[in-house]
Amino acid sequence: MSTPAAPQPQATPATSLLKTLGLVSTVCGLIIVGAYQGTYDAAAANRRLALERTVFKVVPAAKSMAEWQATPQGIRPAAGEPAAGAVKFYAAYDAQGVLAGIAAEGAAKGYADTVRILYGYSPACQCITGFGLVSSKETPGIGDKIVTDREFLANFEALDVKLNAELSALANEVKAVKHGSKANPWQIDAIAGATVTSRAVGKAINDSAQLLLPKLVPELEKLGKKPS
Amino acid sequence: MSDLAQARTFDEFLEGIWRQNPVFVMVLGMCPTLAVTVSAVNALSMGLATAFVLVCSCGLVSLIRNIVPKEVRIATYIVIIATFVTVVDYVIQAVSLAVYEALGAFIQLIVVNCIILGRAEAHASKHPPLTAMVNALGMSIGFVIGLLALGTVREILGAGTLFGFSLFGANFQPWVVMVLPPGGFIVLGAWLLLFAALKRRKEARLVAPGGGHGA
Amino acid sequence: MAPESLGQIFLAAVLANNFVLAMFLGLCPFLGVSARLDTAFPMGIATTFVMLVASLCAFGLNLLLTLFHLEFLRLISYIVVIASAVQLVEMFLKKTSPALFRALGIYLPLITTNCAVLGVALFQTAREYSFAQAMVFSFGGGAGFTLALVLMASVRERLQLSSVPGVAQGTALSLMLAGLLSLAFMGFAGLGG
Repeated sequence: MSTPAAPQPQATPATSLLKTLGLVSTVCGLIIVGAYQGTYDAAAANRRLALERTVFKVVPAAKSMAEWQATPQGIRPAAGEPAAGAVKFYAAYDAQGVLAGIAAEGAAKGYADTVRILYGYSPACQCITGFGLVSSKETPGIGDKIVTDREFLANFEALDVKLNAELSALANEVKAVKHGSKANPWQIDAIAGATVTSRAVGKAINDSAQLLLPKLVPELEKLGKKPS
Repeated sequence: MSDLAQARTFDEFLEGIWRQNPVFVMVLGMCPTLAVTVSAVNALSMGLATAFVLVCSCGLVSLIRNIVPKEVRIATYIVIIATFVTVVDYVIQAVSLAVYEALGAFIQLIVVNCIILGRAEAHASKHPPLTAMVNALGMSIGFVIGLLALGTVREILGAGTLFGFSLFGANFQPWVVMVLPPGGFIVLGAWLLLFAALKRRKEARLVAPGGGHGA
Repeated sequence: MAPESLGQIFLAAVLANNFVLAMFLGLCPFLGVSARLDTAFPMGIATTFVMLVASLCAFGLNLLLTLFHLEFLRLISYIVVIASAVQLVEMFLKKTSPALFRALGIYLPLITTNCAVLGVALFQTAREYSFAQAMVFSFGGGAGFTLALVLMASVRERLQLSSVPGVAQGTALSLMLAGLLSLAFMGFAGLGG
């Protein structure tokens, strides 16, 4: 009389589960793609603007800039994906289209995380003319003094980065030294109490310049004309 | 909406702001709360981003609540939340790069903010879209209030500024630890301490002479 | 590939940039499961395991997504993988140690929403770690998480026997404790170069 083994509480059949998941995933996928397309241009414009602002800050006379690459074969304007082993840099031109300076990125580990900077290089004096912070998470009030401490910033008004005789590397390594003991134009006087962050800035510039300048200096004339 | 329904909706709205405040009462979503509240601006931005995700997710979850089989509901909720987090990630990049850098990885970490999944599961999956979104909005406001409470205290003590405006002049020696990790823990602990003390005092008053509040 | 050495990454993840005390990841379980040492330690181990699995899958997924230019699906795919990994761990624990499974209770499925696990995947992607670096990073992160959890549990167990003012009991006390631990860990900053 009793019904044969009562049916299990209805477990939803697998097809129904898959259908729902499929539907939800499709809807979500569309939302994501829509948002991505919709915001792509604005986000890219923001990034370019921020970069330009920093480049114009470290190369004071600059009014426009162009992106270049330094490959083992020589320098050339950047186009699309960077080639393997290529170092990116920016050529900044003044209002008349004459080369005003170069800007390049450097990064090194600081106290908390990587410190990323953009530094300006002047071919005329073969020296660094200034640097700007791209990103850092250094201790507020201590490590972040690298952008406010006037004495520290003065280090970068004419930081010597001349190449050696063979043009294969920097003649002297750019390095941060203990506060008060700077003796040469290629040294950086570290901020007292913020040695680690100061050293990071020095290392960032040194590592980047060692890679970039030997490739860049021999071919400077190529930059003279602003690429169309 | 009928008067009763309106009153109930408003009640739902208030729930999230005070009685079930996610930061001070439910103590949920701690990770972003402590990490980004080093300044009032960051606190506000994170609060708004989370609000967007919370309201939209609860809305969508509520819309599909009747067609999602219960075995896959958590997975579905997570996918929906992750979608809106990805959206807000792109929107912030397009609006302000500075805010994007300040909030960093914690934008993407909104997806694991317990508040959102908790609300979706506990509330949005059982109520119609409008109610769910109103409740989500209330909870978001509660979250923003909690974040701001932390952010302002930490910014004032740790940097001497509020929303970027210097309050104490150049000679102020900031209490730097306040904007570092230990400061986050300590300030939130202090707020909870304050609320516990207030609650105690309120309860003591209720039981005070003139009461007959015993069973 | 990021220039840091494996040793540096490990030390940084465990001490100098401890996931819980310096990077604010994994706080919900940190405050929730750290009342007793015998639940804190297994929780830490379970989370470390999930982190390793998540890191492994995230590395592979990232390679695939970059290949097909589908980076915008990164977040969704990471979180789905993590949810699945947690399911696996749950089933494994249920079979091998039901007592522990019951003791961890709701906090086991909550590993899915543990910021530390997703954080590992996101950070290793952002820092462009190689496979070995990613593995060391996630193991270090898990070890650091377990360390913080165990420290917290040990102190809280002792505190149960002291007379703490009523208003401070509960979460407020845990947070103050965490603040002190975090302050102590700041002393490790700069360790490992």
